[in-house]
Amino acid sequence: MLGKRQFLKSVGGLALAWAGGTGLGKPAFAQAVTLPFANGERKLARFPGKRPLIKLTERPPQLETPFAVFDESIITPNDAFFVRYHLAGIPLSIDPDAFRLEIGGKVDKALILSLKNLKAMPHHEIVAVNQCSGNSRGFLDPRVPGGQLANGAMGNARWTGVLLKTVLNMAGVQATAKQVAFEGLDGPVLPNTPDFAKALDIDHARDGEVMLAFAMNGQDIPWLNGYPLRLVVPGYYGTYWVKHLNKITVMDKIFDNFWMKTAYRIPDNACACIPPGSKPDKTVPIGRFNVRSFITNLQNGDTIRAHDTLVRGIAFDGGSGIKEVALSIDKGKTWSGTTLGRNLGRYSFRPWQTRITLATGTHELMVRATSMSGEIQPMVATWNPSGYMRNVVETLTVQAA
Amino acid sequence: MRSDIRTLAATALILTLGAGAASLAKPKIITLPPETAALKETSEPGFELTANTCTVCHSVDYIAMQPRGQGKDFWTGEVTKMVNVYGATVQDAERPAIVDYLTHNY
Repeated sequence: MLGKRQFLKSVGGLALAWAGGTGLGKPAFAQAVTLPFANGERKLARFPGKRPLIKLTERPPQLETPFAVFDESIITPNDAFFVRYHLAGIPLSIDPDAFRLEIGGKVDKALILSLKNLKAMPHHEIVAVNQCSGNSRGFLDPRVPGGQLANGAMGNARWTGVLLKTVLNMAGVQATAKQVAFEGLDGPVLPNTPDFAKALDIDHARDGEVMLAFAMNGQDIPWLNGYPLRLVVPGYYGTYWVKHLNKITVMDKIFDNFWMKTAYRIPDNACACIPPGSKPDKTVPIGRFNVRSFITNLQNGDTIRAHDTLVRGIAFDGGSGIKEVALSIDKGKTWSGTTLGRNLGRYSFRPWQTRITLATGTHELMVRATSMSGEIQPMVATWNPSGYMRNVVETLTVQAA
Repeated sequence: MRSDIRTLAATALILTLGAGAASLAKPKIITLPPETAALKETSEPGFELTANTCTVCHSVDYIAMQPRGQGKDFWTGEVTKMVNVYGATVQDAERPAIVDYLTHNY
C-alpha cells in the first residue's frame, strides 16, 4: 500500500528542529519522511495544537497525517488530523465570547448567534471522515500541479454541534432558496484574490446531516481545523467543510464564485475521470467520496511471518457504508473476504482484518472495498487534471519468511 | 472575512445584554512557527521577481513541492493561474522571466 512506504529517516541538518525540552541530544521525533513518489521529501513540523506532521507548506499551513496514525485508532486524534488552508489570511486571534455566526440572505429573519447560543441548541453528533479532494494527488501519472499529497489528507472524527437544518429553520428559509453559501474567518492576502467560500444545494443543506460542529472528539475543534466552528458535510470532500465558519447566506441562485464555478470541479461522468493528459469537456462540482480501503498495519517492503499473519486496515465511502473488504495475494486473480470490525456509522472509517498464510518469498497484497451501494474500487487508477478522487486498489509488496 | 467579523463583533457588543461577560472576554491566540522554506538563489532575473511576487501570498514550498522537470508549459500555466485567478501583482513583462526561472530550477 503506497501510503505506507513513507520512509522515516533522521536528517542531521535538522538538529535545530528537535523538540524542545528533551535536552538529551536525541530528537523526540523523526524529522523527515520521503513520500513514495518523485520529489516526495518532506520535513515534519510542529504547528499549534498538532504533533509533528508532514509539512507540505508553511504559509498557509498544509499538513499531512503520517500514515501510521491510521493504525493507532479508528478515530484520528485531533493533534494528528490533517490541515489544509487555501489562503494565508488565517485568523491568529479569536475571542470565543465575541465570535458570532451570521445567517442571512433569503431568510425571513436574519440571525446572529454566539457560540453560547449554538451550544444551547439541541446537539447532534456523528462520526465522519473528512478527506481532501486531492488526497493521494502525488501518485498521479502523469503528475498534476497542486498539493503533492500521499494518502494522509484524511481523518475520521466524532463531530458534535447543531444541525444546519435547525439553524436554517430558525431563520426561516424563503421559498426561492436554491443554495446556501458558507464563509469563514480566513481570507486572502491580496484584495483581488477570491475569498474562500463554498455552497451546498438547499435540499442538501437541510438534509438533517450537514452540521455546524463546535467539538471534535469531545474537545474544542483544533484551531487549524477550524476553531471555533466548522461546517461538517458527511460523505463529501473537505472543500465543503468550511473552517472558522462565521457567515451563512441563503441564496436564490447558484453560487458562481471561483471556488464553485472554476475550482474543485470534476469531469461530468461516472468515474470523474478522463484519459490521462487530456482535458474534460464538461465539469461539475466535486461531491461525495468514492470508496477506498487501505492496509494500515504493514508497510511496503516489510518482511512478515509467512504463517498466519494478521493484516488489518480501514475502508470508507461517501456514506452508503462498507459492505465488504477483500484481500488478494495473487495480483487480483482471486479475492478472500475479511472480517469487518466495529461499525461507528456509515460515514466513519470501518476497520477490517484477516489472517493470511503465504509461501515464503515476495508477494503483492491488494485490498479492495465494496460499498453498500455496490461501488467497487478500480484496479487501474483513474485520472483527472486536478488530481481529485483517487481510489485505485492499493497494493503493497511484502517478503514472507 | 475579517471585515465581517469586526462588524459582527461590534454588533455583538451592542446586542449583548450581559455586557459584563463581554468585557471579561479574552481572545485566544496562536503563533505559527517561523517560515524556513527558501527559493533556490540564482543570478537569473526571474529569481528576484519570483521572490518578490509569489511570496506575497504563500511560502515558497508551494513551488518546491511540485513535481520536478514538468517544463515550461507547466510553469506558464501556474503563473497564468496565479495572475488571472488569484490576482498576483505581476506585470505582463515580468512573466517570462518568472516562468524561465521556475522552469530551470523546479
